[in-house]
Amino acid sequence: MVDSLIHPHEAKPEIWVYLEHEGGNLQTVSLEILGKGRQLADEMGWPLCGLLLGEHVVHLAAQVFEHGADRAWVVEHPLLGSFTIDAYAAATFQTVMKGKPSVLLFGATPDGRDLAARLAVRLRTGLNADCTDLRIKRESGVLVSEVSGFGGGVLALIEMPDHRPQMATVRPGVFPVPGSMPGSQGETISVRVDLSPQMIKTRIIERHTSSTIDLTRVPVLVAGGRGVGPDFTDLEQLAHLLGGDVGATRPPVDAGYIERERQVGQTGVGCSPELAICCGISGAFHFVVGIEKAETVIAINSDPEAPIFDYADYCVVGDIHKVLPDLVQALQAARELTHD
Amino acid sequence: MTEPRIVVCVKVVPKPEEVRVDPQTRLLERANARAEINPPDMNALEMALTLKDRLSGTVEILSMGPPYFEPVLRVGLGMGADHIHLLSDRAFGGADTLATTYTLAHGIERLRSVDIVLCGEESSDGATGQVPQGLAEWLNWPQLTLVTELEIDMERHVARGQRSIKGGYEILEVPLPCVVSVKTASNEPRFMDFRLKAQAASPGRMKVWDAAALKTDVNHTGLAGSPTRVSGLASAASRERKRERLTGTSEEIIKALIEVIRNSVM
Repeated sequence: MVDSLIHPHEAKPEIWVYLEHEGGNLQTVSLEILGKGRQLADEMGWPLCGLLLGEHVVHLAAQVFEHGADRAWVVEHPLLGSFTIDAYAAATFQTVMKGKPSVLLFGATPDGRDLAARLAVRLRTGLNADCTDLRIKRESGVLVSEVSGFGGGVLALIEMPDHRPQMATVRPGVFPVPGSMPGSQGETISVRVDLSPQMIKTRIIERHTSSTIDLTRVPVLVAGGRGVGPDFTDLEQLAHLLGGDVGATRPPVDAGYIERERQVGQTGVGCSPELAICCGISGAFHFVVGIEKAETVIAINSDPEAPIFDYADYCVVGDIHKVLPDLVQALQAARELTHD
Repeated sequence: MTEPRIVVCVKVVPKPEEVRVDPQTRLLERANARAEINPPDMNALEMALTLKDRLSGTVEILSMGPPYFEPVLRVGLGMGADHIHLLSDRAFGGADTLATTYTLAHGIERLRSVDIVLCGEESSDGATGQVPQGLAEWLNWPQLTLVTELEIDMERHVARGQRSIKGGYEILEVPLPCVVSVKTASNEPRFMDFRLKAQAASPGRMKVWDAAALKTDVNHTGLAGSPTRVSGLASAASRERKRERLTGTSEEIIKALIEVIRNSVM
């Protein structure tokens, strides 16, 4: 067996959450994991700690405490001003070797996944990827992670009894955002890390983050498939009326009819809306896993045999180019009626 | 100017729709599932072949698994890859990502003078998406992940790629050698070239490496080198839906739809 750098008996009974932040706010996925982490920490009687990296981030510690953490480990360095895997992996590694947590959690985001995967090898420990549930065994302190494979068709429970920290990345949107408790206090631990410009191999040439599309938490999802064609206007109108947003299956995205950020399903995002309205979608498994968590599903398709009807609560056999405009019109009329 | 030596890591996986969990034994039934090249790895292979079209050089496929993966991997030769390296040994079985990346890294070190390693974003079976980064860590190479576009400059010995991030993208440059993960669906993999088909099927152009040839440490490979254990398996309980058909005139259907919408969200 290969030993982890941190031995199980020297690991501290603590849960650490790596926190992503942007524009002075903690990211939603980080709050979600703090919420779940708080629950696990209470069950075990362990402290919950947030790990904050950046150039000037100490002021974010208040948000960390307000969302349930007992401690904030704060790592500030000029080379942590923007995310490079080189600087962030080195700084996280040094901090983890100081604090030796038993459990270390990340959001399964592009940066979180990169960092966790590289760090797990550096620490010679395991990493459970894109987890959909977590629990800790009371007697042994062993983390049990639920992950899905084969496009979501199979669930597996994974443990690493003999390695620390027990690392996992958590899929965004699976845990609720905890309520904030303004004024909550905690302990801030400032960590000095050793970073030098020579360590940074990555050169950031440019960075564009204009889009704010995030379908993981929309209350209403209006999703379109091949049957929609190039024009998503009807879907956008409907989504707008219902306070929701538009998603799509892969074909319209590949055809360039709609942004890739709007792709729902196995290679896109998973959504958990109150209501999903699937328009002109055949119902391939790769898409259906993305609306698995929807409270209610409506499907509209002209093909009465479309598989999507097996995954819907309410099924309409009809042409979406007729049904959607009628529906939009009727909703507008109903709204005017209530407003008058 | 020198030509790049490109390695593409390829995993052979069972077709996901043909895999089930036996409800009694709770074991994965994959024996009857047909094997294929992991679809995201096809995007990595396509990106490698596009680079070769542009810059010449060579494209080699690196895979880990039993010898019977050979015919599946040979599809890659038919697409234009030059050679296959299959890391195959009983000692490699049951590997999680730590052990897998250790073994693949040894393969790459044994090949020597590789300029760039391309991987798919994740596998369709395990879907951890952490092999490229782990591999880069074992090799102590820089990484470029989730790229949709990639350029190699052999003169300056750098790779430049467009990486997908939350709500946008960034353009990053790293020195070679490096490990790249290619964003799924970022290109359309080419079909097998019928002129290459005969060559692809001919023996040769494939080398099998065992643990002795790779000089791997038995404590680091396979089940022994894997910190994680699967302690339970289940079929994902798919949510029961009502599957109620709304029928009638179009007015009646719209009325019923509005009722459903009201009850769900308003």
